Amino acid sequence: MASSADFEQAEKRRDTDHESFLSHKRMRWLKISVALCLIVITSYFLVDVEPRHNGGTWYGYTLGTIGVILIIWLSLLGIRKRNITEGKWSLKAWTSAHVYLGLALVVIGTMHTGFQLGWNVHTLAWALMMLVIVTGIYGVVVYATLPRSLSINMREMTRAQMVEGLAAIDRQIAAAAQPLGRKEADVVIAALEQDVFRAGLLARLTGKYPRCKTKRAIKAFPAGSLNKAEEKVSTLLARRNSQLSQIRRHMRYKALLEIWLFIHIPATIALIAALAAHIVSVFYYW
Amino acid sequence: MPDQYRVAIVGSGPAGLSAAARAAALGMPHILIEKTDHLSDTIFKYQKGKHVMATPSNLVLRSDIDFEAGKREHILGTWDTQIGEHKVNVRLNAEVTGITGETGHFTIELKGGDTIQAEAVVMAIGTQGNPNRLRCPGADLPLIQYQLDDPGEYFDEHITVVGSGDAGIENALGLAADPKQNNTVSILNRRAEFARAKPANVALLEEAEREGRISVRRETNPAEVRANELVLETRDGTEVIKCDRIIARTGSQPPRGFVEDCGIEFTSEERSAFPKLTPSFETTKNGIHVIGALAGYPLIKHCMNQGYDVIEFLNGNADLKPADEPILAEKFAALPGNRSVDEWLEIFRANIVILGELSPLQMRELLLDSDVAAFDSGDVIFVRNDPGSSMFCIAEGSVLVETDPDDRSATVPIEQGSIFGEVGLISGRRRGSTIRAGEPTITLELSRTAALKLIATVPSAGRAVNRITIERQLLQMFGSGLTKEDVSELVEAAEMVEVRAGENVVEEGGEDKDIFVIQQGSMIVEKSLGEKPIFLSYLPAGSYFGEMAVIDGSARTATVKAAIKSEVVKFPGDAFLRLMEKKPALRERALSDMAARRQVNAFVEERKESFSGAVDMYSETAKFLVDNGIGEATDVLLIDETLCVGCDNCEKACADSHDGLSRLDREAGRTYAHLHVPTSCRHCEHPHCMADCPPNAIQRGADGEVFIDETCIGCGNCQRNCPYDVIRMDSVPPKKPSLLSWLLFGAGPGPGEASYDWRKKTAEKRGTEQAKLAIKCDMCAGIDGGPACVRACPTGAAIRVAPEKFLTFTKLVEDVE
Repeated sequence: MASSADFEQAEKRRDTDHESFLSHKRMRWLKISVALCLIVITSYFLVDVEPRHNGGTWYGYTLGTIGVILIIWLSLLGIRKRNITEGKWSLKAWTSAHVYLGLALVVIGTMHTGFQLGWNVHTLAWALMMLVIVTGIYGVVVYATLPRSLSINMREMTRAQMVEGLAAIDRQIAAAAQPLGRKEADVVIAALEQDVFRAGLLARLTGKYPRCKTKRAIKAFPAGSLNKAEEKVSTLLARRNSQLSQIRRHMRYKALLEIWLFIHIPATIALIAALAAHIVSVFYYW
Repeated sequence: MPDQYRVAIVGSGPAGLSAAARAAALGMPHILIEKTDHLSDTIFKYQKGKHVMATPSNLVLRSDIDFEAGKREHILGTWDTQIGEHKVNVRLNAEVTGITGETGHFTIELKGGDTIQAEAVVMAIGTQGNPNRLRCPGADLPLIQYQLDDPGEYFDEHITVVGSGDAGIENALGLAADPKQNNTVSILNRRAEFARAKPANVALLEEAEREGRISVRRETNPAEVRANELVLETRDGTEVIKCDRIIARTGSQPPRGFVEDCGIEFTSEERSAFPKLTPSFETTKNGIHVIGALAGYPLIKHCMNQGYDVIEFLNGNADLKPADEPILAEKFAALPGNRSVDEWLEIFRANIVILGELSPLQMRELLLDSDVAAFDSGDVIFVRNDPGSSMFCIAEGSVLVETDPDDRSATVPIEQGSIFGEVGLISGRRRGSTIRAGEPTITLELSRTAALKLIATVPSAGRAVNRITIERQLLQMFGSGLTKEDVSELVEAAEMVEVRAGENVVEEGGEDKDIFVIQQGSMIVEKSLGEKPIFLSYLPAGSYFGEMAVIDGSARTATVKAAIKSEVVKFPGDAFLRLMEKKPALRERALSDMAARRQVNAFVEERKESFSGAVDMYSETAKFLVDNGIGEATDVLLIDETLCVGCDNCEKACADSHDGLSRLDREAGRTYAHLHVPTSCRHCEHPHCMADCPPNAIQRGADGEVFIDETCIGCGNCQRNCPYDVIRMDSVPPKKPSLLSWLLFGAGPGPGEASYDWRKKTAEKRGTEQAKLAIKCDMCAGIDGGPACVRACPTGAAIRVAPEKFLTFTKLVEDVE
């Protein structure tokens, strides 16, 4: 039996209404990482190390250790997300910490270098880290801005319903196009036969499909000079175009929401490899 | 063939077969009469290869024919063989049209004019009934059929489907699905709308109509059937169409009418009532017995046991103990006193007021679905705020109700024979107070289904429960030291009112002076500003309203209407006023409640001018949520689409925490103002899914979650009954390789629900195929940390809330300020 304490806890849980990962617990992780950055920046200027700041001083080693621990922990988000274990963890809290601590790495990592950058494996690790962070910033921006557009565009339809909607229009077009003349029929058939889901990366990201045969088919039925059958096909083609646009916008938003992960994650793996090389070489040549 | 059989068994389902086999084994002259040309039609009609379950597993099978869980074909095959081996006297293709005569010499009339004489009759005809026949000239022609097994077997035909329900539409769609079959399919609907069918089916039909695959004829009746033609009566006159085949799907006639015509009485007028029966299954018509689903036992094992028992009783075996005896004995073993099963049954019946009129057979059935327990003085029976929808009866002893959550010593007793916990049963809400035993006590805990069945089938029990509920609800709501005597005037004057969803109970500006208590369902309070209704608050079951007009004599200040189908209790305002005169504490309480509500009203009035889109928006959002079933929800998943990136991690987490199948569909469902209600269980106060579960496998758990336990037989009733489409039928997939081996080596399908292909192929490969069972959200009961969907959301888009938390006035204030 559940005790009343459990009930109160459940109530508390329900009380937290929708709250974004960015404002999780009143920006707890933003505060923590700002504090961390301030400490690192002030201590960088207060601590006087000989001959100058670089990764090899005791101060540099401290920052490096913090950095490496952070990087490993940040990359574990990928495991946390997929490993649905029991316990009171919240992926939103993890994401929140991931974002703000990840941003703090800009300061920690850069201060660790002491601004000694060059063409070597050490700078490669730093550059990969920055690449991961920059793609991550893009991710935060799209996560914060795009879902609203995604939701507006969906108009309560699921992906499957959109595709089914297109198929239904296509069946009607096929039936309505029977009485058309050879030339008109060919244009319609070309539009129907085109695989609308085969699109290049650029088309997907921009939502612009210059080779769309449906648009071409619409042009083949200019208003004013149409008989009854052509009129019907023309209306249906316009509906097809609007359904296609919705699907394409959906694909575009999804692509924009996901594209950065294709750099963020491989770059993270490369970063960990470079980091390993960096650490091994530092100790080897000590 | 003898002139007169000792027993005629009507219906060859599991109950009838088992009875006939017993009669054959005893050498009793018998005949088994079956309407169709094969045995056990209900199971015969199951889809090919369906896995049939054998529940309850603790019940011993007592029959001359075998039965164990397995494929439909295997079970039917076994029965056919064994009925042959037992030399059972079967008569197929014989539809009984009437039973006349008295015990010792019944005449059974068959369709076609034959009669059969028998001393006794056992009716085991189930509840499926007969399909409604077409009623027009030519209705007996062979081109009419009442069932469609395989739409793929007809080619190049003109086929007309009659009927506008789901069965008719699905048949028509199936016949027209493959253009290669080249069928010309029409469907007739007596009305203009397809109101009885699922919206999804209607949409498919309308699409097929637009595409010209099916001709849909509305407001059209069949007028005459001819050899290759059908005469139609349309709005504009008669029309003749070509027709090679007619599929009539116009519903079926429940068998009750036929049973009553044989002189058998039912327990009540309720649709769910069963025939009145003695412990030996004899009806009010001596010599006619009723067993199986028609007697109220839908499970195969029960039916078969009853078939055996009824023949033993007819054979004079009076000592036979019912097959459930060991189950009951085990239940009662925990009780003190070492009494026999029959003694305990009699104690429960005699001591508990609401059970007074039950027969021993009904008592047995009730006890099978119930729990008995003994408590020592001071033992806690349940705690305030515990979820629970069962009802307790006090067989011996008495209990104490803690009236003040902060003071354990403030209690009110409930005496032997009475009931408690009924508020949870009726309102579906959490327990209102902690209850402990006042002395050594023996209780009977009726499960929700058992209690509801009791209330519905035994009128006296229903009335008693109702009266007690109203009285208790008043005492609990107003507290303030009221006693039963104080509220008796109100209870006497109380009137139960059923309210349809959306119906107004109180109208703004009205002059009526009654007070209402919500017993079941929920209400929303609205106030109109200009022309628009503004949502003020949501009232769950157990709240009262209407007191303002009573206390200060003013007109109604707001409209209260039902969010869902509800039941309210209406009390006359003057009786309430008199009670307030007598009890100053109650007066104070009511005034303070009123002051709070008045504040809300004043707030709205005050801001009337400055009310902006924000309030409108909130009001509309609240309306949207109520329209989407949140009014009957206890806990619902809401997704904020301004935060949702569509990663589906909620679905993946759901699948990975529950046997690899997701119980939620994030994308599907309605959205308003970026607030999305996904297809996921709302854990309704009165779950529709529980309504018709043969093994009673759907329960409300310890945290208020509605879940399906392992006794599910996969019948699919709950899936059909759920208005929100949140239950799926699927088989538990094989275990996936671990996350690490997927990450490192790409083994298996990865996180989340595996594709149907992977599940099917892997199960086949490993030989671990399982039956399809009903699965639904259980709110991650028993999983530390709570619902995985919420924990696994990376952006904070997914939350679970109780409606009274979400639909509050404070949110309105927050949004404005």
